[in-house]
Amino acid sequence: MPVPEWLRKRREKDVTADDASLWQKCPRCSEMLYRKDLVANLWVCSRCGHHIRMHAYDRVNTLVDGDFVEIGADILPGDPLGWADKRPYPQKLKRDREKSKLSEAVVTGFGTLDGFPVALGVMDFNFRGGTMGTVVGERITNLLEEGRRRRLPCIIFTASGGARMEEGMLALMQMAKTTLALQRFKAEGNLYIAVLTDPTTGGVSASFGFAADLILAEARAAIGFAGRRVIEQTIRQKLPENFQTAEFLLEKGHIDMVLDRRELRPALVRLLDYAVGRQRVAPLKAVPELAVP
Amino acid sequence: MNVIVEREKGLTELEARIGQLRERGTSGGEMLALEQKVEALRRDLFGTLSAWERVNMARHPKRPIASDYLAALDAFDELHGDRHFRDDPALVGGFAKLRGRNVMVLSQQKGRDTKENIRRNFGMVSPEGYRKASRLMDLAARFHLPIVSFVDTSGADPGIGSEERAQSEAIAGCLMTLTRVAVPVVAAIVGEGGSGGALAIALADHVIMAENAVYSVASPEGCAAILWGDAARAPEAAEHLKLTSNDLLGFGIVDEIAPEPLGGAHRDSAPFIQRVLDGIERALSRLAALPAAELLDTRYRKYRRIGSWRGKGPVRAGGLA
Repeated sequence: MPVPEWLRKRREKDVTADDASLWQKCPRCSEMLYRKDLVANLWVCSRCGHHIRMHAYDRVNTLVDGDFVEIGADILPGDPLGWADKRPYPQKLKRDREKSKLSEAVVTGFGTLDGFPVALGVMDFNFRGGTMGTVVGERITNLLEEGRRRRLPCIIFTASGGARMEEGMLALMQMAKTTLALQRFKAEGNLYIAVLTDPTTGGVSASFGFAADLILAEARAAIGFAGRRVIEQTIRQKLPENFQTAEFLLEKGHIDMVLDRRELRPALVRLLDYAVGRQRVAPLKAVPELAVP
Repeated sequence: MNVIVEREKGLTELEARIGQLRERGTSGGEMLALEQKVEALRRDLFGTLSAWERVNMARHPKRPIASDYLAALDAFDELHGDRHFRDDPALVGGFAKLRGRNVMVLSQQKGRDTKENIRRNFGMVSPEGYRKASRLMDLAARFHLPIVSFVDTSGADPGIGSEERAQSEAIAGCLMTLTRVAVPVVAAIVGEGGSGGALAIALADHVIMAENAVYSVASPEGCAAILWGDAARAPEAAEHLKLTSNDLLGFGIVDEIAPEPLGGAHRDSAPFIQRVLDGIERALSRLAALPAAELLDTRYRKYRRIGSWRGKGPVRAGGLA
């Protein structure tokens, strides 16, 4: 499917560069970081090690070998509930499109990781807090269906505040839709890896976030079902600082690995090698053209 | 304060007075006029309910809860525990006979009084409850028993312990199991359908919703707190969320509405419970005729349609495409 010019441009490295100066402040330690160094360091603060939230296309670009064939970019949100609070939902979407330079909260497509063809989904917190509305559900489902058809491993990077309020129950039902697609995908022996990034909560963590064969998490990412504030309100006390961090989840036995972002790609390649194996890898070009039903 | 309970106060007084008059042997025109007045008042009070009023109806302290439905079955044998950590009293499940048919029942159980509510965690299920549910679903599939669930929860438990024991994984696990089991699954949303915690046992081939039940992506209080930082604006959020049975029937998220008596299910609960069971029985009869592969395929396609997006053809809304 043809990629619009405005999207193609945004695929170039360092998507967020044009709206910022040469320097960027670390949100954690306030260190001024030279932008070029920061990009080279995968948006990890060289002083405190903080993992700055990455733009979805930056993530894609730093993972795939060469081309990334995006699918689902033409799947765009409607306004099923006619939602309007401070401003109408379509206006919020428009603002987030401009602010985030994304068409929705997830980017999906195909590419190779060190030669391994994969179906890749990357969520972005900058678009409506990475919430799952019907477009996120639909794009993820299409990715899993198409990945299954091509017998490819699937890797999804999650970043989400949960289900999207403005699409009501239609948003919640995307948990069911994506899980059904995931079931079929996994049942046919395909590998599914979830990479939980900051933050991953609610309907995303309780569906394709935690229903993975392998669950990795980025260092210090906040991960949980209920949001921190909700829990604090319920129990009426402050939570310990490490609660619901990737490291906490590793200790409790919920996830396979916690990784520094700079170790993530090599780790994914090793895992693909263990589970899928080099010998089974077919070149991406040999796969028939996209024909999603 | 429950707005429905408040509203019932005036009515209850009038009804009590009619009772007294009848005892004193009053009859004829005066009685008739009074009864007509009560009937008109009832229609006036409950004839049309706002979304927020339905939220209060769903939370009414006298509303039938899961145990009332279980008591109306021919038989029920509870099965306990997740085999790992503990038995969660907020999730009740087990073998049952429903109108002579063997089924596996799962339900979210609120309490009738404060003491029982505390024991049952107000119907908020913990990871071990979802893991018990998942275990029982698999058990049902192994022995070809249909699964029937009664949904009534404000949401999954949001406590520290639940996070420590991976609430997300437990809910995702339930959903994964329901996508796999090759037996009919029928869900009845009878009270509150609180977000993912409700959906975890309600991904079903047929979903029945009580007229005054609510089923929502977030609680109105939670939604108001997130959007406006003010939980007190819950009534407003309730209107936005489209959480009533009529809304959800329109979206194709529920398949059938069980009408309630005027004033709510608690005003005449026994026949209402039977009406819900009628609906379940009808759905089970229909679904029992489907071969396993077709059943799973139909389930897949049912949820595959739900949503509203542009692209890949015309705008699709609410699964009506």
